[in-house]
Amino acid sequence: MAETTLAPPEVQAETLLDSNELVLNMGPQHPSTHGVLRVILKLDGETVLGTDCVIGYLHRGVEKIAENRTFQQFAPYVDRMDYVAAVSNGLGYCMAVEKLLDVEVPPRAQAVRVILTELNRIASHLLWLGTHALDIGAITPVFLCFREREEVLKIFENYCGARLTTHAFRIGGLQYETYDTFEKECLDFCDLMEQKLKEYHDLLTGNRIWVRRTKGVGILNAADCKDYGVTGPLIRAAGVEWDLRKAQPYCGYENYDFDIPTAKTGDTFDRYMVRMEEMVQSCRIIRQAVDALPEGPIKGKVGKVIKPPPGEAYVSIEAPKGELGYYIVSDGSLNPYRVRVRPPSFVNLGALDKMCRGSLVADVVAIIGTIDIVLGEVDR
Amino acid sequence: MPDTPNSDDKPRPAPSPRPPAAAGADRPVRRPVPKKPAEMPCEPWEGTLPSALQERFGDRLSRAVLLGGQKLLVADIAAAFEVLSCLKQEHGFDYLVDVTAVHWPDKPEQFEIVWTLYSFSANERVRLKAGLAEGDLAPSVTALYSSANWLEREVYDMFGIEFKDHPDLRRILMPDEWEGFPLRKEYGIVQQDSDWVRENLKIESAQ
Amino acid sequence: MEQLLANPYVPPLILTAVIILVFPLIAGYIVLAERKVLADLQVRLGPMRVGPYGVLQPLADALKLMLKEDVIPSQSDKWIFWLAPVLSTFTALSAFAVLPLSDRFFVADVNIGILFILAMSSIGALGLILGGWSANSKYSLMGSLRAAAQMVSYEVPLGFATVTAIMCAGTLSMQGVIASQLERGVWGAFDNYGLMLIPTVLFIIAGTAETNRAPFDLPEAESELVAGFHTEYSGFRWALFFLAEYAAIVVISSLCVTLFFGGWLRPFPNVAALEMPLNTAFPAALFALIALGCSKGVFRQALVGFRLVMAALTGLFLLVAAAFALPAANELMIGLFWFGFKLAVMVYMFIWYRGTFPRFRYDQLMDVGWKWLIPISMFGLILNGVVQLFARG
Repeated sequence: MAETTLAPPEVQAETLLDSNELVLNMGPQHPSTHGVLRVILKLDGETVLGTDCVIGYLHRGVEKIAENRTFQQFAPYVDRMDYVAAVSNGLGYCMAVEKLLDVEVPPRAQAVRVILTELNRIASHLLWLGTHALDIGAITPVFLCFREREEVLKIFENYCGARLTTHAFRIGGLQYETYDTFEKECLDFCDLMEQKLKEYHDLLTGNRIWVRRTKGVGILNAADCKDYGVTGPLIRAAGVEWDLRKAQPYCGYENYDFDIPTAKTGDTFDRYMVRMEEMVQSCRIIRQAVDALPEGPIKGKVGKVIKPPPGEAYVSIEAPKGELGYYIVSDGSLNPYRVRVRPPSFVNLGALDKMCRGSLVADVVAIIGTIDIVLGEVDR
Repeated sequence: MPDTPNSDDKPRPAPSPRPPAAAGADRPVRRPVPKKPAEMPCEPWEGTLPSALQERFGDRLSRAVLLGGQKLLVADIAAAFEVLSCLKQEHGFDYLVDVTAVHWPDKPEQFEIVWTLYSFSANERVRLKAGLAEGDLAPSVTALYSSANWLEREVYDMFGIEFKDHPDLRRILMPDEWEGFPLRKEYGIVQQDSDWVRENLKIESAQ
Repeated sequence: MEQLLANPYVPPLILTAVIILVFPLIAGYIVLAERKVLADLQVRLGPMRVGPYGVLQPLADALKLMLKEDVIPSQSDKWIFWLAPVLSTFTALSAFAVLPLSDRFFVADVNIGILFILAMSSIGALGLILGGWSANSKYSLMGSLRAAAQMVSYEVPLGFATVTAIMCAGTLSMQGVIASQLERGVWGAFDNYGLMLIPTVLFIIAGTAETNRAPFDLPEAESELVAGFHTEYSGFRWALFFLAEYAAIVVISSLCVTLFFGGWLRPFPNVAALEMPLNTAFPAALFALIALGCSKGVFRQALVGFRLVMAALTGLFLLVAAAFALPAANELMIGLFWFGFKLAVMVYMFIWYRGTFPRFRYDQLMDVGWKWLIPISMFGLILNGVVQLFARG
C-alpha cells in the first residue's frame, strides 16, 4: 500500500486529522448540561480537543423587555434569569435603580435583604452541590441537598408567598415586614445547615472516588480567571481573595464578620471546597444579621412613580455564581432606556473551552457542573 | 429622546440645568414628589489616573468625570483600543467586567459602546464609553481580554455592531440566520423574523 | 409421576422453564427493591402508587415496556441491533444452568460449571458492544467502547480471584466447591487462615465492574453518555438489556456466594447445635416478621383492594414461615433459603454502592483495574498457593 498515490500534503493532513476526530453533540437535550446548554465536543477517543458552546435556547430578550416596562414592572422579570438565586437578582436590580434614584435604604431593610440573599446563596449552592454530585455519578447527595434547600424555600414562602421567583425586594427597600417567627426560623436553619454540611462532607469530601474525579480537573488559575472575567467561587478557588461583599461592601456587609474562603489550585475540588465553606460563612452572616436586626422603617423615600433622572449607573453584587452587574441607563422617563445585565454564568461559561481542552468527556460534565451555570441567566 | 449630556462624546461646558424631564409632565402629580435633581450628580474626576490619561490622549479622551460617584471616561472610538490597552497594561485594570452598547437612534453616532473595567489591585472600577456611527467597525479587545470574546459576540448579536479583528464574530444568543438586531430601538418588542420562525419552528408565529 | 421425575432430563427441564418464566418477575422485584433501597438511602419513599407501597410496580413497568413503541433507528444495522439484546439476555440466563440453587435444585452440575459462567458473562458483554455499535449513535458507540475496555480489564482480576477460589476448593464444579467448603468446615472467604479474603474482596470489586454497576457503570454513565450503549433502545428491547443486567448481577452474586460464602450451606454447617436455631427458627422468624410488617399495611392502607393485597402478602409470608417450621418442607427449602438470603445480601450491597459512590472516570477505571486489582489478585493467588502448599502438605 506504500505506493498508492498520495493526496497533496495539506489535504492529506486534514484527512488524517479528521479520521481521528469525533464530533459529539452534547445537548441541548442531555442529562447533565443543566438545562439547554449545547456543547459541541471535538474528541479524539475520549479526549477533548476543543469545545464550542451553542447557547441561546432560553433567550427571552429580558433586556428588550426591560425597555418596554416601567422600573417597577421590570423587577419581577429579573428573578427569571438566575432562577435558583432569584433573590440575588432582585437585590442587584433594586440596588441599581436605587443608585439612579439616589435613595437610601433603611437599615432594617438592608439587614433583611442580607438575610434573604444569604439564605438564597445557600439554596443556590445546595442546588449546585446536588446536581454537581449527580453529574459525577453520586446520586444520593441531590436528595439530601434538596431536603435542606426546602427549608430555605419555606422561609421564602412564609416571607413573600413565593418559593422560587420570589420578587422579595422592592425598589427603595422591602414590601413586606418580616413575619413573627422569621428570626427563629433563620437561626434554626443555620443550626440545621451546619449539622448537615458534615453529612455532605462525610459523603463526598472523604470519598476517594469523588476526590479523584475532582482533583486536578478543569484547572483555571488566577491569571486565566482574570483574563476570562471569571468571578465568584471560581476565582476564589484559584487563590484570589476577592469577594464584592468585602471589596466593595453594599447592603451593610461591612458590618458583618465573615471570611472569604479561598483555595490554591483552582480545580474542581477546590471550587467544591470553596462553595462548601461559603455556605458556612453565609450561616455566620445570617446569624449576625438576625441577632442585630434593627427596628425601623423598611422602605426608603421612594415615590409611587419611579422616574430616575437621566443618567446611568453600574451596580454589581456578589451573586452566588459571581459578579452580577446591572448597567442601567435612564433617559428620565418611566421606563429604563437600557438595562444591561452582566451575568456571571454567561461570562464564566466563556472559560469552558479553556478548562476542557485535553480532559476527558467525563470531565466536561464535571466542569460544566463546577462552573455552576444557570441557563436562564446565560441566555436571558 | 432627551439628549443626555453624559452620553455625549464631545466636551461641553458645565451641564446646563434643565427643567424636570418632559416625558412625565402631562401626568398629573397629586402630591408634591420630593424635588429631585434633573441630572445625576456629575463632577470632574480628579486624580493621577485621569490626568495621566488626559495627558497621553489629549483630545481623544473627551471626558473624565465621576457620574453619580462612578468613574467614567469618554473617548473617541478610534482611541478606545489604545485607552483600554493603556488602562490594562499601565494602570492594572486586568479584569474586563462587561462590554455592552446603548442605541441612540437620534444621534449622529448611533451607538455607544460601554466597557466596564475593574482593577483587582486598586479595587477600582472604570467605565469607558465611545460613540460609534452606524456601519463603522468597533475595535475588538479580545487581544487584551479573553472575556471580550463572548461579550462582543453578544453586542454584535443584539445591536449588529461589528468588531474589527474579532476571532469568531458569530451570533451567540439568537439563531445564526435570524434577521434583525433585537436591542436596536427600531426593533419592536413583538417583532420576529417570521420567515425563520416558519421555516425552523414550523409555526406561523412565535408570539 | 414418580417415574417421570426419575427421568434425568425432566427435573432440569422443569427447572429451566421455571427459571426462564420466573426470572423476569424476580428481576422486576430486584428493580423494585433497588428503587426502594435507594429511596431509603435518599430520604424519600420510592414507588408508592401501584399497589400498596408500590408492590405491584414491576408488573406495571413490565406492561408498559411491552406496550411501548418499538423504535429502531433508521441508520442502524438492524440485524445486529436486533441480535444484541437477545444475545445479552440469552447468555445471562444460560449461566443460570449451573447455579447450585440448593442441594437439590440445580439444572446441571457440570464439572466445568465455573468456566461456563465466566464464558457466558464474557459473551454477554459482546451484546453490549454490538448493541452500542449497531445503533449508529455516537453516545452508544462510546458506551460500547467503554464496555469492551472494561470487560477486558476486569475479567483478568475476576479470573484470578476465581482461580484462587478454585485452587482452594480443588474443583471446577459448583456443587463440588460447596462440598469442599462443607468438608473443610469453613467458608471459602475465610479459608487459608483468612488469606482468601483477598480474592473475595477483589472478586466483589471486579464483579461489580463486570456487571457494569455503579461505581463502574461507565458503559451507560447516564450523566455523560445519556444512556451509553442502550441510548437508542426502547421498549421491549431495552427491557431485555435490563433483564440481562439484573441476570448478570444475580449470576455474579451467585458465583461469589458459591465460591466464597458457602453457597446453599447454612453458616457454620459443621456445628450441629446451630441446626435448629439457624435452619428452623431463623427463617421462620424472619418470614413471620415480614408477615407482621405486611399485616400493619392491611390496616394502614385506605383502599380495599390495597388492603386485600397486603392481606394476601401477610398470608403468603405466614404460610412460608409455617412451612419452615415443618421438617419435611424445611428440608426441601432450607438450601434455597440460605442461597437466596446470601444472594439478597450481595444484591443489597450492589444497590448500596450505587447509592454511595460517584462514578469512576474512564482512565481511572483502567488505572484501578490494571495497576491495582490485577497485581493484587496475582499476589493473592501466589500467596494462597504457597500457604496451601505448606498448610495442607
